[in-house]
Formats: sequence, structure tokens, C-alpha cells
Amino acid sequence: MAAVNDVVIKIATVNGTGSASANGLLRKAIFRMGVPVVGKNYFPSNIQGLPTWYEIRVTGDGYSARSDRVDIMVAMNAQTYAQDLAEVEPGGFLIYDSTWPRSALLNRDDITIIGVPLSKMCIEHFDGARARILMKNIAYVGVIAALLDVDLEIIKGLLEETFADKAHLIQSNMEAIHLGYDYAVAKFPCPIPAKIEKLDKTKGHIVIDGNTAAGLGCVYAGATVGAWYPITPSTSLMDAFRDFCARYRVDPETGKRTYCIIQAEDELAAIGMVLGASWNGARSFTPTSGPGISLMSEFIGFGYYAEIPAVIFNVQRVGPSTGMPTRTQQCDLISCAYASHGDTKHVLLFPADPSECFSMAPIAFDFAERLQTPVMVLSDLDIGMNDWMVPELEWDDDYVPDRGKVCSAEDLEEMESFYRYLDVDGDGIPYRSLPGVHPKGAYFTRGSGHTKYGGYTEDSAAYQEVLDRLLVKWETARTMVPEADIRYSQFNKAAILTLGSGDGPCIEALDRLEAQNIGLNYCRVKAFPFTDAVKDFIEKHDVVYVVEQNRDAQLRTLLINDIDADQDKLVSVLHYDGMPLNAGFVVDQILAEIKKGRAA
Amino acid sequence: MTYIAKPKVAHPSLPRNELGLTTRDYEGAVSTLCAGCGHDSVTAALIQAVFELDIEPHMLAKMSGIGCSSKTPAYFVSQAHGFNSVHGRMPSVTTGANAANRHMTYIGVSGDGDSLSIGAGQFVHAIRRNLNMCYIIENNGVYGLTKGQFSASADIGSLPKKGLPNQQEPIDPVSTALSLGATYIARSFSGDKEQLVPLIKGAIMHSGFALVDVISPCVTFNDHEGSTKSYSHTREHYNHVIDVDYIQPSEEIKASYKQGEAMPVHLHGGDTIILRKLDRDYDPTSRADAFKYLRDRFNAGEITTGLLYVNEAREEMHELMQNTDTPLGQLPYEDLHPGSEELQKLQGRYR
Repeated sequence: MAAVNDVVIKIATVNGTGSASANGLLRKAIFRMGVPVVGKNYFPSNIQGLPTWYEIRVTGDGYSARSDRVDIMVAMNAQTYAQDLAEVEPGGFLIYDSTWPRSALLNRDDITIIGVPLSKMCIEHFDGARARILMKNIAYVGVIAALLDVDLEIIKGLLEETFADKAHLIQSNMEAIHLGYDYAVAKFPCPIPAKIEKLDKTKGHIVIDGNTAAGLGCVYAGATVGAWYPITPSTSLMDAFRDFCARYRVDPETGKRTYCIIQAEDELAAIGMVLGASWNGARSFTPTSGPGISLMSEFIGFGYYAEIPAVIFNVQRVGPSTGMPTRTQQCDLISCAYASHGDTKHVLLFPADPSECFSMAPIAFDFAERLQTPVMVLSDLDIGMNDWMVPELEWDDDYVPDRGKVCSAEDLEEMESFYRYLDVDGDGIPYRSLPGVHPKGAYFTRGSGHTKYGGYTEDSAAYQEVLDRLLVKWETARTMVPEADIRYSQFNKAAILTLGSGDGPCIEALDRLEAQNIGLNYCRVKAFPFTDAVKDFIEKHDVVYVVEQNRDAQLRTLLINDIDADQDKLVSVLHYDGMPLNAGFVVDQILAEIKKGRAA
Repeated sequence: MTYIAKPKVAHPSLPRNELGLTTRDYEGAVSTLCAGCGHDSVTAALIQAVFELDIEPHMLAKMSGIGCSSKTPAYFVSQAHGFNSVHGRMPSVTTGANAANRHMTYIGVSGDGDSLSIGAGQFVHAIRRNLNMCYIIENNGVYGLTKGQFSASADIGSLPKKGLPNQQEPIDPVSTALSLGATYIARSFSGDKEQLVPLIKGAIMHSGFALVDVISPCVTFNDHEGSTKSYSHTREHYNHVIDVDYIQPSEEIKASYKQGEAMPVHLHGGDTIILRKLDRDYDPTSRADAFKYLRDRFNAGEITTGLLYVNEAREEMHELMQNTDTPLGQLPYEDLHPGSEELQKLQGRYR
């Protein structure tokens, strides 16, 4: 049930009607009142005309997951009206545009239905079809502001920032706000009990999406070559990189750029470009999604075997095949872990929120170059495209990129001979030479069988020696990857284990279970291969609830495969309907398991 | 193939280039292709070309995909980095490599299967970007490593060793490149080193995408009676339309050329190529003329060779993108990150 600073607003609109800026205005205003917010966008694979929703969760407790209820529905889309009406929590509110009559059949008496003649008011006050549509969105923000007691001065301040040099737009937007606000105040008891009260909980925080943060992370990591093929939901990552590069990587005097973004003809080419650029010494990356990984797989295997760095951001979406391109899932864990034909395995990083999308970007480049192998950062649509409140991003000015074992011209000059795939240091990582540096560093990069010296071979023993050495490197990677977030609340026999965007819902679920006197320990893995601490964590428990967002328990499979985890202990909690996971689902599933006799 | 390794000793009388290197210094591993393979002649022409151009071996990148042709980068300039990538993907790897370091010379060696079937998309898009590279297609009309299937460049009516003649339209890399706006387009024959070496030199020095389509017969699977990619067929139907003389900036133009038959083209880097026109009416700067001529001669059963189109005006990829002159892979990190203070400032927009 909604309470002060604990309320969920869902806005149902039609795609392409410009509601995003209105919804953003409302979300930002609440944030500026010092109250934590979560913004989730549920949108169709469409440019214009299909239903879309934006959900704002006001969470004084600072949870980051999607909520499992809707307290206030703004039903602006006749097409989905019945569905939207049904979704409102008993005791909740529904706001609709009363310009046109609503079918008497579509009613509920356990909620408050508020009709506001939004279209009528906007037609009377504004000229031009486009302006009227846009202002209707701003007007419903006014209605919600009245119901929830959102500070109008803050809204005005935000409009002033947005339209800094367009005074007339500030004025017309404020007029639209007042249309909704004043109407609501006049006709309904405002504010409602579950209103918003100012807090001091957003200081030192920002609201950002994961793709923007990852794009910024690539700039800070020193990436210079980005190649990509547009695909939802990863496109905005390269858009962000492009915008930040335009700001930071163009010489103001000469206009010359210190970055190169290539829109490839397909994902096969995108990863080829990344490998070519990395081979030649540039930090290079590609953002993509599941279908792109499928196309890149041959080259990813090449990168693994020829030992070339590459950074791939996979913003996962619902699969298989084209699946539901605008819905979220964690469904590419196995396809990324073992991408390509042949014996390959790849280092994966699992950011849990935009903050980690930023901080893991330089880590991904460091690992790719240190380990000389493709490294994939697996976020998802929920992290990549939704608005998350996270602590302000920080940068350590002492950071020095780890370019790995690269021989300089001087190194090569002193060497008698350079051999590309020799394990000199016993860590499974050979030394690399870059083209254009020294003739002694020249070697022939190939995906065909090669010896430790780099020469072509069809000799069984020489081939196998290289393949086995790659396993030594894999174990080195295991010691390097970020440690899991492990929390022991007390001595418990049961625990939750999750990854990525499962973090927010699971942490909230832990609190809810705790409130029912069920205390569980917690492990959020941050990388593949799994660390020894993860293995140890599983061994310490009788039951580990593995919470993930796919049908086939892919994380569980990886745990069994990579660290030989006892499969009898690993109980799956699987969520794969395409919507972001919520705590309620996790709690219900775990309670059901406990009821069946599983340890708690 | 030969099993006898050549000794790496240069005879004192071997000529040396400006770097003091001989052609032996530009050789590679011993070829493992069939004896008489056209590709080995292309390799020899490549060695001659880079030797004569005084290219520092380590500033050369040899790129390839998969197939007989794609093995050849191993057979020249061992002191250059080579990249034998996956089938049909050489153009993308070269695009990335070039993006990272624009100062190197990129020679891609591909085949008709690699470029016109599995890699057709990448071939086409490298041209669109006007990637600065020399792109050689060793064109023999068949798949060799998988034992003799037709490739997409096989002519209608060409007979395989066994089975029925090809009935599908061939893809002509030269006409394709012409329609896509490639800026240097040549065709030659592996059996004509005299023509091939200067064409390759021009292609290397050209700033932008330079295609050299080399008819390079497959002695094992496509050199028989009835094949239109055999040595004898190519020799019989060979139409030499334009030859190229490559003039380094330091050299004077000594040869005398007849008016209307010679045409100097000044390259970006200051070099000049002289086009010797064997057909006086041919204008290699006109795309439309080149198209018509190629089509007419093809219909007459001829294989037109020479530098068929050249456009020095169009900017190559880095110029189009306004990229900095320093190789992107060599920029100091200090120049690439905006720092913590700026990060603080930037985040105002997310509050």
C-alpha cells in the first residue's frame, strides 16, 4: 500500500507523443526534493502508435528495483485503458483524460478515478496540434504534482534549465503545469495521504542510464575506436560515446578528432574492426545485443585463440532470435561465456547498475589488454536504458591504463628473437608486439593451428600445448576479476546468489524476508570466471537460491560448469517474462520453496 | 609447392633500394600453393612492388581472409605483421587496423570466394568508406581448398573440371567497385608481371581504396579447356587498355610519351603515375566511360586490363572523418580522458 514517499506512478501513453520529457520532468522534480526515485520505461518495438509506459517508483528507502504494484495510473492511452485500469492497486488512483466519455463498463469502485479534461484544456490554451499534444503531457504532470504535493518551484527551476534561452517555452510549460495542478486542487482533495515529503537522500547522487554511463566510461578508459551496428537496446551506448567524444575529443582549434566511430555494415564487421584496431594498439570496443553476439561468435573465437583484445558491451534483451527487442532479460550468459565454435571461454563482467557500467568500462579494457582476449560486459535493457539513481560517478586521476604485456621497440631491439605465444612468465599470458613498431616484432596472426612460437602447425602436440596454455591464462583471469559482493547477515544455511540487475530486487527481497524473520546470506557475482570466494560461499550453504532472468538457469549452469558447484544446492528462481525483476517475485518464489521444505 | 627452403643470403650483386634492402629482404615463407599457381606470381609482383617503393617492412600490414589467396601474405615480407583473419572478413579487420594507425601501408590479399561471396558485404563497405588500402583479389573463378566448386566470378558457360557449365551471372569485382565509387580500379593478369608491378605500386601509393583484380589461374581446378579463367584463355582474350608507369617524386619523367596516349596522374603523396593508353579514346577518369568500355569489351569476349579508373580527388576514410594525424592507437592517455574535475561538472545534468 502506498505511503508517504513510497508510491508508484505509472504513465500509459502512445509511443511517439513526446511524453518522455514530461515523465522525465516529474521524475527529476521528485529527485530534487531529495526523495529517491526509480524510472522504468516499458516501450514497444515501434516508432509511433503503439502503447508505451513509464513507471516512476518513489522510494524513500532508496530501493533500485521496479516495484510490483501501481498506486497511481495515468491512463492516457485508450488502447490499453482496460489493462491499465486493472493494474491499479486497490485504494489507488487512476487519472484519465475526461475530454471524451469513458465507457461505463470500465470502472472500479475500489480505486479513485479522476477525470481531467486534459485535451480540452490544452486545445483551449495552446495553438498547433503538436504543442497541444506535448502540453497535454505536461498538464498530467501538473495533476500528479497536485496529488503528491510536488514542489512547483522545483518544476519551474527544471524548466528554466531545460529552456534556458527560450523564455516563452518556460512560460507555456508552466501554464500547462498549472492547468493540471489547479484543476486537480479545485476538484479533488489534494494532496493525497501517500504524498511526497522532502528528504535529504539524493545528495551526492545522480540519475542516469547504464548506456550513457558505459559510453562515458569508454571515454575515460581511453577508447579511441568504436565500431558498431545499431541494435536496440545498445544503440544509445554508442550515441553517448559519440556525444561525449564530440565534447572532449575534438581539438577546438583544428577540429581534428582523437576518436573514430565506424558504423559497420553488420555485427560481423563491427567485431572485425574492433579486433583489427586492438591488434594495432588502439583501445577499441563494440556495443551490441544478443543477436549481435550470435553474428560475432566466429570472430570472438578468433580473438580468443589468436589472443587479441576486444571489449564488447552486450546490453541483453529478450531472445531467442529477435525475441522481444524492447524487453529485458539476462539470457546471453551461456552464449557469451562460450561464444564461438571450438573450445573457448570468455571473461564476462556483470554490472548491476549504471554506476558499475561506468566503473567496469576501464576494467574491461584493462582485462582485455592484460589478458589479450575478448572481454564482454553484460548489462541488460533494464540497466542500459532505464533511469537509475546511483552515487555520483567518481574518477581516480591516478588511473593508468593497463596495456598489458606489449613489447616496445627497445624491448624488441634487445631480443634475439620474438615469439608471440611463449608463456615466459608462467601466467599463461604471452608477450605481444604491435605492428609498425619494429621489424623483429613481426609475426603472422592466424586463427589456424599455431605453435607457441607463432608458426603455422598441424602437429598435434604443438597445437595442444597452446590450447592448454590458454587454460593457464583462464586461471590467471580468475584471480583478476572483481570479487563478488558477499554479505553474511548471520549464520544461515540458505542464501541468495544473483548477478547484474538481479541485485536491486534481491537486496529488497532480503529486507522483506528479514521482516518475516527469514535471514538469508547474499552473493552477487560480478564476473565470469567465478572467484574462489564464490565457490567457498556455495560450499558453506545448504541451499543457494540462484536468482536470474532467463528460462534455462544459465547462471546456475555456469556455476556448475566453471566451479563444479553442487547442483543439488542450487535452487533456481527464474524470471523471464521480459519485465525487470521485482522483489515481490523473488520473495514469493523463495517462500514457496521454503514451504516445500527447503532450508531457510 | 617446393620442399627446399631457400637460403636467406643476398647475392652481393643484387640491387638494393633506398633502405639498403634487397628483394630477398622482402620475401616470406616458402609457398605451400600448387606448383604453377598464379598466386605465386602475384606474390612475386608484390615483393617487387614493395621493394621498389622502399617500404619499411614493419610499416606494412598484410591482411587476408581464408582461402588459397589468403595464405599468400605468409609468402612475402616476413618482417611485416600479417593478419590471416576469418573467411570474408579481411576488410573489417583492415578497417579497424587502419583506424588505429593511419601511417602504415595496408595490403589486403583476397580471393573471388572471399571477396565476392562470403565477404561481399565487407568488400562493398570498405569501398564505400574509401578505406586507404591496396586490395588485391586473386581471381581464379573457383574454390581451391575445397576442391573446385565454382566461385561467384565464374563466367556463364565456363566449364568445370567435372560436371555442368556455370549458368549464373558472374560478379565482376571491377564493375562492382566502379559502381560503388572505388577510387583506383585496376585489372591485371598474374602472367603479366610487367603490367602488374606498376599497377600494384600505384595502388599502394594511391590514397583511398585501390582495387587490383588479378586473373590468377588455378592450375589444379580451373586451367583446363573450356575454363574462362585458364592461362590460355586469359592470354588469348587479353585486352591491354592502359599501362601504368610509376614515377617516384625524386625521379624525372624520362620516357617520352605521345600526346593523347600518355596521361600523368598526380597522387596525394607527391608521386606521379603515367597512364599509357593503348586505346587512345579511353578516359580512365570517367566512371561512365569505364563502365561502357568494360561492358562492350566483355561482350566482345575480351578481358580488359590496366588501370581502368582513377579518382585522386575523393578523401579517404580518416580525412572524411577529420581524424587527428597521430595514429589513434599511439595517442597518450593524458589526451584522452577529461579528468575527475570535469566528471563532477558534467554530472550536473543528471541531478
